[in-house]
Amino acid sequence: MSRCVLVVVAMMLGLLSLPAQAIGLEADGLGVAGQLVDWFVAPAQWHGPTSLPTRIVEHLYYMTSAMAVALLIALPVGIGLGHWGRGGLLAINVANMGRAVPSFGLVILMFLLVGFGFVPVLVALVALAIPPMVTNSYVGMQAVDPAVRTAAIALGLSRWQRLFQVELPIAMPLVMAGIRTSAVQVLSTATLAAYVGLGGLGRYLIDGLAQQQLAQVVGGALVVAVLAVLLEALLAGLQHLLVSPGLRREG
Amino acid sequence: MPTFQLIRRLAAGAALIALAVPATALAAKPLVVGSTNFPEQLVLANIYAEALADHDIKVKKRLNLGSREIVFPALKNGEIDVLPEYSGALLGYLSNGKSKAGKPDAVMAALKKTLPSGVVARAPSPAQDKDGLVVTPDTAKRYDLKTLSDLAPVASKLTLGGPPETQTRYVGVPGLKAVYGIEFGQFRALDAGGPLTQGALSSGAIDVARMFTTQGVIDERGWILLKDDKNLVPAQNIVPVARKAALTDEIRGVLNAVSAQLSTADLQRMNRRVSVDHADPSQVAHDWLEQHEL
Repeated sequence: MSRCVLVVVAMMLGLLSLPAQAIGLEADGLGVAGQLVDWFVAPAQWHGPTSLPTRIVEHLYYMTSAMAVALLIALPVGIGLGHWGRGGLLAINVANMGRAVPSFGLVILMFLLVGFGFVPVLVALVALAIPPMVTNSYVGMQAVDPAVRTAAIALGLSRWQRLFQVELPIAMPLVMAGIRTSAVQVLSTATLAAYVGLGGLGRYLIDGLAQQQLAQVVGGALVVAVLAVLLEALLAGLQHLLVSPGLRREG
Repeated sequence: MPTFQLIRRLAAGAALIALAVPATALAAKPLVVGSTNFPEQLVLANIYAEALADHDIKVKKRLNLGSREIVFPALKNGEIDVLPEYSGALLGYLSNGKSKAGKPDAVMAALKKTLPSGVVARAPSPAQDKDGLVVTPDTAKRYDLKTLSDLAPVASKLTLGGPPETQTRYVGVPGLKAVYGIEFGQFRALDAGGPLTQGALSSGAIDVARMFTTQGVIDERGWILLKDDKNLVPAQNIVPVARKAALTDEIRGVLNAVSAQLSTADLQRMNRRVSVDHADPSQVAHDWLEQHEL
């Protein structure tokens, strides 16, 4: 986490210290930092349909809907297969094949198939989010010590009790690691929505390039990076709450 | 001592080679033909490239680069040598929309004065392709739309869709407001008359689409092109724009010959082949050159 923040800060400083000409901007007295500040404080940035708050809400909507669908698919599959200990190899290989599909290509393909709207983006983001969650939750469930499983049986716990009260809590750190990876990836990749005419923070990247307003591109990218760091921090906090205190002490 | 001499000779030889290599590389540097990112541009750039290559000029294509805001600076910097352009649109871009020229000759004369040093416009073609606003027949009937003036009173209820640069270019949102008093309720950033814009117009996600007057798909779908009754959009003759340093008499001759033969009807036909029949732009360009024996 802290390393992530450091990288973002270093990138920001590096970019801001560049003279405008170095990145292809006309010299107009302002460096990139100055243009960026102008971009952030412009009134249009804070009110109306293209303002930052609207774009951030759109962006988070794309991310949360994709994550909701992906969670509903990936967690039952990963946790279920890990619990049963069967079919895992197949599931992980299928999920890993999914990782090889480029999101950009998938968005374009789905756009050609279903046309204008949110569906192409949703499909691509869900496909991106599933593999890390399936793999991590499967591995987490598999790694539960067989002696613990036997002990739980010996105590007379039912199958569901064993799953939810013993195995899942032990697997939780890995399950959450998968969710965190997916969520941050989906958040940054949701910029693709702008490519097929939707909103979100990708709008600033694509519009800024087409209009040659670099401050817009850099500003949009910075907001995405900051959101990704915040999301990662939020999920780390959630993980802290969800993982049993006993496991935390041990880890 | 002999080893020392050998090293000196080797060093001298290496220096000679180092001097000779860039010189030959410079002489063989291909002419770079660039284009922006919509089908007509791809066809035009392919026509230039193939016509030039047919005259044994070494050509390299760098196509589909993005909007004028990206491609024109690349020409100025020498990353591109030749580019198909539109006289009025380029003039509007270079003069920040301040030019009032409207007729083809006036636009070309103004353009030649406005071009940055080192960049020249060759002979313009009679063929024109203008920016235009397009609506579905339903929208046209509901609001009784025939011209852009008809849009002014109802625009606040409508959503305009087009490439992102429409928001900042004079012939886009700023000019529509200044000349017609049109202010759309919303703007949706899509593409330059491509699949996004067409999809959004037919699905009703937008009401008015910024497209090009030579797009075959407008007739194909029965859409209605609104008349620019106050001449916001100036003449848009196709004109090859090039870096002066990269031009030779032979290159000038080829570019002029292409311009002389190209017509608006040709553009419409070729765009239709690419966008509706999904033909390859380089094939369409090749066929045009065969037809005109260039």
